Amino acid sequence: MLSKRLIACLDVRNGCVVKGVNFEGLRNAGDPAELARRYNVEGIDELVILDVTATIEARRALADTILAVSRELFIPLTVGGGIRTEADAAAAIDAGADKVSLNSAPLSDPALITRLASHYGSQAVVVAIDAKQQGDQRWTVFARSGRLPTTRDAVEWAREAEDRGAGEILLTSIDRDGTRTGFDCALTANVAGSVSIPVIASGGAGTFEHFHDVFTTGLADAALAASVFHFSEHPVDELKNYLAARWIPVRR
Amino acid sequence: MRIALIDYGAGNLASVRKGFAAAGVDLLVPSTPAELADCAGLVVPGVGHFAATSALDASWRQAIIRRVDAGVPLLGICLGMQWLLNGSAEAPDIPGLGLIAGRCERMVVERPLKVPHVGWNALRIQSGGSLLEGVEDGTQVYFTHSFAALVSPDCTAAANHGQPFAAVVQRGHVAGVQFHPEKSGEAGVRMLRNFVTMARG
Repeated sequence: MLSKRLIACLDVRNGCVVKGVNFEGLRNAGDPAELARRYNVEGIDELVILDVTATIEARRALADTILAVSRELFIPLTVGGGIRTEADAAAAIDAGADKVSLNSAPLSDPALITRLASHYGSQAVVVAIDAKQQGDQRWTVFARSGRLPTTRDAVEWAREAEDRGAGEILLTSIDRDGTRTGFDCALTANVAGSVSIPVIASGGAGTFEHFHDVFTTGLADAALAASVFHFSEHPVDELKNYLAARWIPVRR
Repeated sequence: MRIALIDYGAGNLASVRKGFAAAGVDLLVPSTPAELADCAGLVVPGVGHFAATSALDASWRQAIIRRVDAGVPLLGICLGMQWLLNGSAEAPDIPGLGLIAGRCERMVVERPLKVPHVGWNALRIQSGGSLLEGVEDGTQVYFTHSFAALVSPDCTAAANHGQPFAAVVQRGHVAGVQFHPEKSGEAGVRMLRNFVTMARG
């Protein structure tokens, strides 16, 4: 039976892991390679490294981090943040990423999804969707780290991304991000029920129960969290024990 | 010892190289079929569409078959494993190598299961074999694929997604894995090390 995946997200700025609330107010959470090692020992299923900087020097530092992480950890590694072109994707993949996560770029250039999927395979292309609730059962897609509203509906955009060749959807609730009040299960269930590719839920993880909820009522295939792993006393293996005791299949 | 990683342009070889580096071997990437002549092991990686395997033309196929006939171990990973079989419904006109009986079909599942099958799933050891030495029944490994072969006599470990399918196949010194051992933690590195041991003879 396929396990529900737990994914740790490292938001990296200038070579350090940082984490904000509602996409703002970043605080330092340590060395990315060191954290990656800790999560691996604790049994994390995948890692996502999101570059929240954009300078060339920081990019180079990030490539070193990706290289260090991919050399010693044999679990899937996704890299995102500022990937706008084939060259950006190639740089991340050459440094050791297994998948790239696209966010703003495909909103203005949707064919980028198809171009990358035909070159690297769909399994290497994750489309990240940052969504904010804008009415009953309706969520709008935002670009530029949640700052710029678009005219796209989250469910429709997820469907289009799948049609264009995306292998997975990384779905973040802007309303819940960093709040630790629980995943937006309604958003996740709406998207996960509308596409046939896996959906990774993100934004709002605070307790073990939140993960249980998003895997059951939220229909998520995977759950991603940052601060709950960075600052919490609860290691990944305890979370897995909790889920397994409630009949959620996890890798142990 | 020389183990060749066959690059036919289907995706990223970096992870496979790093996995083998952890297993103690630096893979070399031959640019012509002739370079396979003194290799002690062959690895065919690959992600993406079965049609990509058509880049392995007659000269590569012959060179690979010649080494296999000489007793050199061959490991196919993901698409590389599918290529060891007779073919795939994904690209019916393109023949596989036919070293292992079977054919890949699109996976059929019912909601809430999804295709592609992405993530960690448990190996159900069937007959075992040298590639699975030291790997326990129930070990989870990382899959990402939409096509798979049915369980056959050459299937040494199965996995289940809607229905059982071949996760590991092995016939003598020819082996294939539908999952990504280079992304499957310690157990995956163990399998790569097992292949290196096979190549050492």
